[in-house]
Amino acid sequence: MPVISYREALRAAMREELQRDENVVIMGEEVAQFNGAYKVTEGLLAEFGPKRVVDTPISEAGFIGLGIGASMLGIRPVMELMFWSFSYVAFDQVINNAANIRYMSGGQINVPIVIRGPANGGTNVGATHSHTPENIIANHPGIKVVCPATPYDAKGLMKAAIRDNDPVYVMENTILYNDRGEVPEEDYIVPIGLAEVKRAGTDLTIVAHGRATITALKAAERLASEQNIQAEVVDLRSIRPLDEETILESVRKTNRVLLVEENKPFCGVDAQIAYLIQSKAFDYLDAPIGRVSSIDAPQIYCKKLEDVQIPNPDRVIAAALEVLR
Amino acid sequence: MPAPKNTKAVTHPESLKEELPANAPEKHPVNQGLGAEEKVRLYRQMVRIRHFEQRSIRVYQQGKIGGFLHLYVGQEAVAAGTISVLGPDDHVITGYRDHGHALMVGMGMNECMAELTGKLTGCSKGKGGSMHYFAPDKNFWGGHGIVGGQAPLGSGIAYALKYAGKKGCCLCYMGDGAVNQGAVHEAFNLASLWDLPVIFIIENNGYSMGTSQARSSALAGSLAQRAEGYGMAWELVNGHDLYAVRAATADAVRRAHEENKPTVMEIFTYRYFGHSMADPDKTYRQKDEIKEYREKRDPIILWEKQLLQEGVLTKEVAEQINAEAQAEADAAAKFADDSPFPGVETITQDIYWEEDNRGAETSGRGTIVFG
Ligand SMILES: Cc1ncc(C[n+]2csc(CCOP(=O)(O)OP(=O)(O)O)c2C)c(N)n1
Ligand SMILES: [Mg+2]
Repeated sequence: MPVISYREALRAAMREELQRDENVVIMGEEVAQFNGAYKVTEGLLAEFGPKRVVDTPISEAGFIGLGIGASMLGIRPVMELMFWSFSYVAFDQVINNAANIRYMSGGQINVPIVIRGPANGGTNVGATHSHTPENIIANHPGIKVVCPATPYDAKGLMKAAIRDNDPVYVMENTILYNDRGEVPEEDYIVPIGLAEVKRAGTDLTIVAHGRATITALKAAERLASEQNIQAEVVDLRSIRPLDEETILESVRKTNRVLLVEENKPFCGVDAQIAYLIQSKAFDYLDAPIGRVSSIDAPQIYCKKLEDVQIPNPDRVIAAALEVLR
Repeated sequence: MPAPKNTKAVTHPESLKEELPANAPEKHPVNQGLGAEEKVRLYRQMVRIRHFEQRSIRVYQQGKIGGFLHLYVGQEAVAAGTISVLGPDDHVITGYRDHGHALMVGMGMNECMAELTGKLTGCSKGKGGSMHYFAPDKNFWGGHGIVGGQAPLGSGIAYALKYAGKKGCCLCYMGDGAVNQGAVHEAFNLASLWDLPVIFIIENNGYSMGTSQARSSALAGSLAQRAEGYGMAWELVNGHDLYAVRAATADAVRRAHEENKPTVMEIFTYRYFGHSMADPDKTYRQKDEIKEYREKRDPIILWEKQLLQEGVLTKEVAEQINAEAQAEADAAAKFADDSPFPGVETITQDIYWEEDNRGAETSGRGTIVFG
């Protein structure tokens, strides 16, 4: 199987969907001539031309709203946000229009839009460019939110997102763009709403999403080699819809849970996961649920401290040992 | 402290309206081509809007309509004039003052009234309410509650039409208050930059809630002129004169169809009732002003006079049309009364297409958690 980067996987997904469906349009700031702020869309303009790959002005509310309007008539826009942090200036469109129109029309209209881009801290750029809004966005019925952690999932989820008839928001991670992994050449999708056990284990379940999955896997390897502890790592992949069953199955097996996320903790995604586990698997728990999130402060600029603010393997290992105590 | 700008005593650019095109809109081809029957039909459509609205006031007063109810009374010639020139590939999107547009695109009084009372038989099954009517089968894309939020969608509809090679356009309505929203300006820029066949229609009724234009907008009196900043055509239109509205709209539609060019139209109109039923309408305008509009500029009275003069309508027929519209509105109120409320199980329906249409085409499989 070919080994490609997370960035290449995303690009391959868009490229294949552009070929497959003439209604797919790539749109965003610098996606065409500049080849993408992060080069995710590199080469697509050359291959598909300016009707399919469109540079927009710096008008997130304007162009995302335009994409939503076009999607009501059957266009499948894949809109790039240079950072998900910039979705905040388009929030009315992202939420009020994309999430609500199907409902308010009594199911007469659907909005098959994809909004994608990086949603991560850890890049030493300060608070305004480091938001992780998966919890905020997933709070709204009508929207789907996915956070791929690997090249395989990035491609499969992106393809599923583009084919999906509802708004799907893909939260990528700039730190993962160069990560490499096996990705098949043949057509496949990763169904939206399926978690995956990325590492099997018996002593403890670690639930994570996005890059926190990679951190959790690193921690799990060290727990195994240094402490002879076998942690199972469940990667949510999709925040909404949420694959409850895969989480609960793992909890029933290991009886101990640690939640890891790069989200801020207050009303974060893992608050929802903890609620789920206590309500549906309470009797299986041998210890309180542990949790590692980003430290609850605006994202700090100083790189040395930001590396501490975001969950790292050391923090995950310490928290895992606490749950196992 | 520097003197605040735009504190001119005008609440509504009356003087401007007097100067609006004297260039005989009735001679415009779109009006020349109107047969007697079509003229009477336009009369009937405006009358139907008015009776629907007046009937809804009573339903509201009976406590059967919750939330906000924004009436279109006084503005009928705007929806009637603009929408009546559209063809099969033309589309409509508007704000929350949407009843007039809905009836004009062909939605029925029954489904509209039932939506107001939150019934299952409402156009959105009771899920949208007054501000959120939709009828995609009639090229009507809402009904939007956030001031100005529909403007980018309007550009997007036009974008989709152009993308698909359709010779169509999108009429995107908004109030005079909406032009101060950033999203509107982003939509303006995109429409002009990308040559989109969209016509932004500012229904200038003089007030955004209780704030007169002079107190909300720089360059009050010519909001459409802001189009110049984006290199777009713009037009000021007398919204009390159906011929004038149709003539200006026809020109803008031609520009959209033939040249893929957007237009901003500012149509001067007036609302007789408060901003919504929740507005006691006591603080920001004079009763005399309303009276003046009702008596001298009422679009329906003016059109009726016009048609009587032209000899295509008689007093008797006019009365009959009014009686029929009233009966239709009464029947709609009864229909709404007799209709069932939606069941509790419908709360979580119509959220995700994929959830409501599980099958081969769906790409998702996950549990949708509503807990
Ligand atoms: C973003 C936003 N801000 C405020 C409101 C509350 N609001 C609803 S209508 C309105 C006035 C709008 O006036 P205008 O655009 O002139 O339209 P009109 O009501 O006169 O038709 C306001 C302030 C809203 N719905 N959305
Ligand atoms: Mg107004």
